Amino acid sequence: MLAHSLFFYVFSFIAIFSAIMVTASKNTVHSVFFLILDFISISCLFIMIGAEFLGMIMLIVYVGAVAVLFLFVVMMLNVAQQKKQWFSSFGSSKHIPLGVLISVIIFFELIIVIGGWKYKPEVFSSITESQNIGESNTHSIGNVLYTDYIHLFQLSGMILLVAMIGAIVLTFRKRAGLKRQSYFSQISRERSDSIDLVDVPHNKGVDIDG
Amino acid sequence: MIEYLNIIFLETYKILFLLVPVLTAVAMIVWLDRRVWAFVQKRRGPNVVGPFGLFQSLADALKYLFKEIIIPASSNKIIFILAPVVTMTLALIAWAVIPFNENFVIADINVGILYIFAVSSLGVYGIIMGGWASNSKYPFLGAIRSAAQMVSYEVSIGVIIINVLLCVGSLNLTDIVLAQENLWFVIPLFPMFVIFFISALAETNRPPFDLPEAEAELVAGYQTEYSGMMYAMFWLGEYANILLMCALGSILFLGGWLSPIDAFPFNFIPDSLWLIFKMLFLFILFALVKAIVPRYRYDQLMKLGWKIFLPLSLIWVVITASYLFYFDLLPENKL
Repeated sequence: MLAHSLFFYVFSFIAIFSAIMVTASKNTVHSVFFLILDFISISCLFIMIGAEFLGMIMLIVYVGAVAVLFLFVVMMLNVAQQKKQWFSSFGSSKHIPLGVLISVIIFFELIIVIGGWKYKPEVFSSITESQNIGESNTHSIGNVLYTDYIHLFQLSGMILLVAMIGAIVLTFRKRAGLKRQSYFSQISRERSDSIDLVDVPHNKGVDIDG
Repeated sequence: MIEYLNIIFLETYKILFLLVPVLTAVAMIVWLDRRVWAFVQKRRGPNVVGPFGLFQSLADALKYLFKEIIIPASSNKIIFILAPVVTMTLALIAWAVIPFNENFVIADINVGILYIFAVSSLGVYGIIMGGWASNSKYPFLGAIRSAAQMVSYEVSIGVIIINVLLCVGSLNLTDIVLAQENLWFVIPLFPMFVIFFISALAETNRPPFDLPEAEAELVAGYQTEYSGMMYAMFWLGEYANILLMCALGSILFLGGWLSPIDAFPFNFIPDSLWLIFKMLFLFILFALVKAIVPRYRYDQLMKLGWKIFLPLSLIWVVITASYLFYFDLLPENKL
């Protein structure tokens, strides 16, 4: 039990510290690395409460795929290092009110969720009751997701698909003069298409363009 | 307190019992890789140090150890040093869930295959960090190439793993091996095994997909600025990853530690040896591919990953699921 709480405090300290460093570090690439550290420590916390499937999926999806692309974009953008620190530019910034508004909204949402958890525990127990004892949580997530919530699940998949196609359509452009390799035409080329045997008349040559 | 210490000592002993052989095996397969490569090209390969040149890798390691570590002045020093450490650590921690026989596995967790998949998808960070922190053009290009390449091929590996999981009904690696007692998955899922093998080549940056370090265009890719022990750590991590992919391939498709026929001369050989034989078989295939296939062009690599492997493996998921459902072969709900 001692070891358990010790690990909990270590991971949550790293999570909070790196979350602060995401906004505070001067180098944008460092920010992304701290974000990755944050994801990893949060997935460790997931594993500690016994949600090993969620923890692993968090690692695979966020750290293994999303954050890589994030890092990719941030490195390619070549953002110049910020000269000022975030708190020293407090007076001149116009984004502070908006940021404060959003954080207040998130704060109240968290209060509502956690308050409901604390004062109406029966609501949450009815949601979480579907897990059978003696069943790994991968199985129970699958059971809930593909039976009770199948339509919502499919709907969210459709939304992601539409967003993906939209992003492709927005960034797709046809450039002129671009040569593309077509495996099919390359392989299905016959000898007769490309080689022509001609008898060359003496002292006249062949008309190549014809 | 004494109990805690006892547990820690016991686990450390088990981990060392696994890691020391793995690191030795890495040194040996580097030698094997070079030998196979040489034999295909009718050369002799390293054959001077020790019997058959077996100690060549040790000699190389010693050489790296005594070389100076040069850190470029304009590099980002912390990340530059961290990159090889990350590569090697990630390559080694994945071995925690590999079962060598029914009882010898360090962490028998019930999401074992997801753990390996997660750790191998983290492997790209070592390369990106090294490439970016070097603050030089060739390493950066190599890092960008590898980021796109590894993310693309992870997708098809993930879908192939789903195929196997549909037949097993569990994410635990020991269960996956035990489910193959009657029939190795390589027989019903043979096309998936081929795609897994090719994707594993791309995932570990092996030839013909070694574009992140393509020496003809990028000097040595993301490793250009590294020297001495740090270069050796990249190299160790890379080969440990290759060995891990061989282990994963033999566990998912070739029946792990199970002997091919449960009869006298075969089941007399210890279980763990069977796993090692299968890993060696896959590794020799890796080495042969390196020797006989020319390097892919980058757009061909991407096309192969997204336009051929991903649809094929998705279609195969549908086929496997329909077959299992129609003939009522879906596995029981196991823990």
